[in-house]
Amino acid sequence: MRRLILGHTTEFTLLVVMVLLCTGLSFATDRFLTISNAFDVLNVSAVNIIFAVGLLVVLISGGIDISFAVAASVVQYVTVLALNALGGGNWAEGFIIAGAVGLSLGFVNAFLVWRLNIISIVATISTFNIFFGLLMFFTKGVSIYDLPEWLSTRVVFYEREMSDGSWVELTLPVVVMILCCIATWFMISRTTVGRKLYAFGDNPEGARRFGINIGAMHYISFGWLGLMAGIAGLMQAHYAQEVVPNALYGRELDVLAATVLGGARLGGGKGSVIGCVLGVLMVSITQSGLNLMGVSPFAFKMIVGAIILIAITLSSTRFDKLLPSALRTSTKKGSAQQ
Amino acid sequence: MPSAASAKLPWRKEIYVIMSAEPLLSLKNVKVTFGGVRALKGVSFEVNPGEVHCLAGENGCGKSTLIKVITGVYTPESDAELYFDGKPITAMTPTLAQSLGIQVIWQDLALFDEMTVAENIGFQYAVNGKYGLVDKRAIEQAAEKALARLGVEIDLDKPLKELPIAQRQIVAIARALVGEARLVFMDEPTASLTQSETDYLIDIVRNLSASGVAVVFVSHRLAEVLEISDRITVLRDGSLVGVFPVEGMTQSRVTELMTGRNFDSAVIAADHDDKPVVLSVRGLSRAGEFEDVSFDLRRGETLGITGLLGAGRTELALTLFGMHRAQSGEVLIDGKKVDFHSNRDAIRAGVAYLSEDRLSLGLNQPQSIADNLVMASLDRLLSGGLISPSKKADVVSRWISALGVKIGLPEDPIRTLSGGNQQRVAIAKWLAIGPKILILDAPTVGVDVGARAGIFEIVRKLAAEGLSIIVISDEAPEVYFNTDRVIHMVEGRFHATYDPRRLSLTELESAIYA
Repeated sequence: MRRLILGHTTEFTLLVVMVLLCTGLSFATDRFLTISNAFDVLNVSAVNIIFAVGLLVVLISGGIDISFAVAASVVQYVTVLALNALGGGNWAEGFIIAGAVGLSLGFVNAFLVWRLNIISIVATISTFNIFFGLLMFFTKGVSIYDLPEWLSTRVVFYEREMSDGSWVELTLPVVVMILCCIATWFMISRTTVGRKLYAFGDNPEGARRFGINIGAMHYISFGWLGLMAGIAGLMQAHYAQEVVPNALYGRELDVLAATVLGGARLGGGKGSVIGCVLGVLMVSITQSGLNLMGVSPFAFKMIVGAIILIAITLSSTRFDKLLPSALRTSTKKGSAQQ
Repeated sequence: MPSAASAKLPWRKEIYVIMSAEPLLSLKNVKVTFGGVRALKGVSFEVNPGEVHCLAGENGCGKSTLIKVITGVYTPESDAELYFDGKPITAMTPTLAQSLGIQVIWQDLALFDEMTVAENIGFQYAVNGKYGLVDKRAIEQAAEKALARLGVEIDLDKPLKELPIAQRQIVAIARALVGEARLVFMDEPTASLTQSETDYLIDIVRNLSASGVAVVFVSHRLAEVLEISDRITVLRDGSLVGVFPVEGMTQSRVTELMTGRNFDSAVIAADHDDKPVVLSVRGLSRAGEFEDVSFDLRRGETLGITGLLGAGRTELALTLFGMHRAQSGEVLIDGKKVDFHSNRDAIRAGVAYLSEDRLSLGLNQPQSIADNLVMASLDRLLSGGLISPSKKADVVSRWISALGVKIGLPEDPIRTLSGGNQQRVAIAKWLAIGPKILILDAPTVGVDVGARAGIFEIVRKLAAEGLSIIVISDEAPEVYFNTDRVIHMVEGRFHATYDPRRLSLTELESAIYA
């Protein structure tokens, strides 16, 4: 247990902050601490968590990606067009097409970063513009409301009416999200590929000298994010029951902030799936709580921004650093060994 | 192969050990050319099983290239011959080198900061698991075994970034042992270690060698090279100078072989009592760092401060330079009390400090030589609020010629220069502000023997011109031969002051390292 906490201080701090936040919110509004609200938060966060675990893999390997949310928009559009052309299709075909398109868009980023040696933030800002520009150009901004019937029908795995009359639902996006989390967790922490990704993000030169295939690391990390983005795009279309070309535009920064909040390090080598999930949930819970408290939606962004800042400060700064220097000398001597 | 067959017979092997061991690794006629420049001009190299072999030579002599040929990173020209265990090897690759048990501990260690000690040591198991899965037990067992073999205890669950540098070095060695190492190259393993840590490392190397692992040691510190090695191979300008047994070798002889020049060391200490006091420190203290430090530094005097790392030397220097504030005591410059709020105040008062970590703190590596050189003196180059290109060019050319820096163009990035030349630019950067007091903290770390002598020649010249200099170093010979007075710091206090004219180097060394 000591090991678990020491190894995951960020995640642990985040959990504590979240519990405090929930406690505060449940006193502030009587509808917050209900099972149905908890399920609501999960249903709303599912797509973002799928994005986040994909992005996590890129961050661990030392890269960054800005393009995945618009890539997911492209995937949505292409998938629905392809399915309609196939005469409707089914869930299996939907996942295969969405996954494959997402994967190839991820490979485009990997190619730019690895082959053309462009740093990942620049490469993906470019592809962000290219993907979105192409999408808007070819669709002229027109949304698709005519989805295949199976795609727009809600799939509910579990539902129940609570004694207070509220409704509890476990929907497909949540189940898919859980599967994506498990798959990502398994890949990064249980397979040799995952260890290589961490090593590459931590010390690229060290990894190279160990004979790790650096090119493969790029394709795996960006490819994984592409795959997750494809799945998330399909889930978003299913959840919204429509495909709006710019619906996901701007989502990348929310997801990036939540992922970093969850302990992933910009620069590589660090991050966990549980941290990602907590990061996204933290933002959702805040929004849900504010909503129930009747706070103006115009204030949401501001408050969410402040919460992210506070949480990141708490989890990454040692408290003694916030003290005036005169009070610090005694603590500093203890750490001088390092 | 007769040699391979004989190795299988234990009694034959013993005879070989007594007579002359069959080399574990043998290279002949290695030539490597980079873009028209011959880095290695037909070098031979041999390592015996279980021996500690030193590879000596100045920066750029081809040591690293040779290591990279042996580990398969570079391919030599086709007439080279390479034998391992008596068997010829036609094409060496990094994978083959690893499977033969050839391991390199690079100077920058190439470890993973965010991973734990166990994950670092057992990294080979982490990337080569069965079915592509990670076997945590195997990693931990391998790590435990490797550390036990070194006789070291380090918390396996600690993230590497929390370990001091000396322990990281041990982690790197342990990682090499996991790969069933038979031949370990150590590239400058002691560059960032203190004396006691170095002693510890030397013990570890001896243990390795006793257990049959051959160690090739690359180091600038000749004292430890002579202490630890059985034989020395000296390279100069890509050619083999020779292979020498360590018995009867002296530091000055090795230096001569490496540089092809002869450096006579003589004490330069002189009296400066007739000169005015420039810097006067009275009872300076800072909790946990140094206590009740008092000394005078006169015009043209060179003061050496030595002691083990952690004795408070650098902390004292940073306080004199205004980066830390003293809690009690006072500092007088030219008889006037000063109170520095930051190092800007110190620079204005004429104090310059050349940091210990030149590569990351002292110089801006991607920027040009010229920009680095004027970095501390920009306000002297202003003309109407803008930096005057002609004034800048004047300053740059004056200092480059004054300090004899070997450069291509002043516009070249500074990282293209050798360690010794970078250090000269770093010194020039501070001289350009026209200081009264120059503090040099570990000025020769990572600098070649030949270039070291050059740096101290500069120090002597500056002192003769009236600059007061403080040299901080944990290498006794450096302060002994190059300063007027040596202060020995122990646990933050001035333990003793020595006059190099009144004791021998050995006496000074035994006083410091005792």
